[in-house]
Amino acid sequence: MALLEIRGVSKTFRTLKALDGVDIDVQAGTFHGLIGPNGSGKSTLLKAIAGAHFADTGTVVFDGHDITRATPYERARAGLSLKFQITAVLPELSVYDNVLLAMQSTESLPRLLLSLSRRALDADVSSLLERFRLIDRADDLAGELSHGQQQWLEIAMALALRPKLLLLDEPTGGMSPEERRVTGELLEPIKAHCALIIVEHDLHFIRDICDRLTVLDQGKVLDQGDVEAIQRSPKVQQVFTTRV
Amino acid sequence: MLSKEASELTVAAERVPERRGTRSPVLRRILPYIEGGALVVALIVPLVLSERMDLITLATNVLILSLLAISFDLCWGLSGIMSFGQALFFGVAGYAIALVGRDLEFSELWGTLPLAMLVGLLLAGLFAAFLLLGRKPPTTIFVALGTLTGAYAAERLVSGWQYVGAGNGLSSVKLLKIGSYEFVEGTAFYFLALGLLVLIYAGARFLKQSQLGLVLAGMRQNEERLAFFGYRVQLFKAVVFSLAGLVAGLGGALYSYHQGFIGPGNMGPGLSTTAVLYSLLGGSGTLIGPVFGAVTVEVLSYVLSDIDAIKPIWPVILGLILLGVVMFQPKGILGLLVSDRERIGSYGRRRRGG
Repeated sequence: MALLEIRGVSKTFRTLKALDGVDIDVQAGTFHGLIGPNGSGKSTLLKAIAGAHFADTGTVVFDGHDITRATPYERARAGLSLKFQITAVLPELSVYDNVLLAMQSTESLPRLLLSLSRRALDADVSSLLERFRLIDRADDLAGELSHGQQQWLEIAMALALRPKLLLLDEPTGGMSPEERRVTGELLEPIKAHCALIIVEHDLHFIRDICDRLTVLDQGKVLDQGDVEAIQRSPKVQQVFTTRV
Repeated sequence: MLSKEASELTVAAERVPERRGTRSPVLRRILPYIEGGALVVALIVPLVLSERMDLITLATNVLILSLLAISFDLCWGLSGIMSFGQALFFGVAGYAIALVGRDLEFSELWGTLPLAMLVGLLLAGLFAAFLLLGRKPPTTIFVALGTLTGAYAAERLVSGWQYVGAGNGLSSVKLLKIGSYEFVEGTAFYFLALGLLVLIYAGARFLKQSQLGLVLAGMRQNEERLAFFGYRVQLFKAVVFSLAGLVAGLGGALYSYHQGFIGPGNMGPGLSTTAVLYSLLGGSGTLIGPVFGAVTVEVLSYVLSDIDAIKPIWPVILGLILLGVVMFQPKGILGLLVSDRERIGSYGRRRRGG
């Protein structure tokens, strides 16, 4: 059984049919890319998975649980983590505290009040910051980081929740080519314990790190399959040469 | 243009290692010194003022109202809950212990103060359940209006209720006692109030600096983000709001015992708004700031109302001073001394020496 099963998901905004009967399976431990022209419904689909809004019809089943109408809190607890398109680090807290905040989210309220896990989580927070090349900025405010570093911090925070599935909405937006390359390197090791859904405009980046691709066009699945198959797909080539 | 920005980003990223080992000066903390200084002053005050009973009474009153100020700061300064009804929990607890004294002839400290705290806790918990724990997250304005309405309704209710003295309130409240010792106005009551204030303050400070305090700090910046982490944001708010009710309840009981009186005006929007002013004036979110705010407002009221030349118009002058501070120093008096960084707080362990 797939980790995430999306069946017949539709979403309409007033008269605009943003999603129209979308079916997607995401297997555990795979990196799954969502591509398509602007307005094809990529972000809408990602938000329906994350719970930022609900699908009008269809079901989203995650790890055996129907989460179609679950709250963001319930989804997070089930093991779903989201990195926002617009960076949403907490700018007035230190880099360290941003990660700690994400990492301690499974603790109960009394344990948080007594700060029982502050010491125990220190090593995990530090090693995550180390991995994302942020350890030297640990005491700086998150709002003082460069844009690319804020994106990395976001990914680190999303991973700190130890998710089974991570949703990344344009992780390399606004990054330099060098930062994009590093981002790919940073993501590679997580495959062992976490599946990934990425929405991204940079097709080179997608091609380099994803195993499978789903191409959306006008709210419908145009084609899906492994990266090589999609690259050869005539349907996809037509859409991307005429409208991108 | 874009590529220029991008290359600047790379340059910025490459510069990072130079920062290793440098300690940012903003990490210097001054709040503990301010808190320590305030405690020393509070300990000296009764010695200096021992000849002036009226001033000891004023000082005790300020300490008690500081509990109300801390109660509001727990709501707004720490949790971002705008409460215009903190006096409700203050007043109801004050009435509760006055009634226990009148009808049950009981005023032992070990029984009545915990009772007052429990009344504040449960009543605030009830309000939190209605205002905060709905399926949809409430807006700030909804909570503000809900608490305001509660305080207003309670003030009107007791104003017309004969059993609790209606508009006259309850006077000659039985004295607070331990065994056969009775606390009358004076130095002993002052130190009792100070001791309890220090305990509550230490508790609030502990909460602020805990991992729970980190969650609250995150919530104030981006509530939705915290929900995506898997935090039950509204439940956290409800718990802190209830604890704030407990603090207000303790304040109300002490007020009632100290003044020997509790009336409708002690639970309405008027006193609730005064608590908001304490916090805005002193600097919300710092805990000690609202205490300074309470001292400033109450001492200014006392001084201004005593100057013959301005006797009829002193509230106007006080109002103008407060307006000036709120307009020109929105972070309050403490905002002049304490950096944003320190006010918001650091929660993780800081690396020493890089």
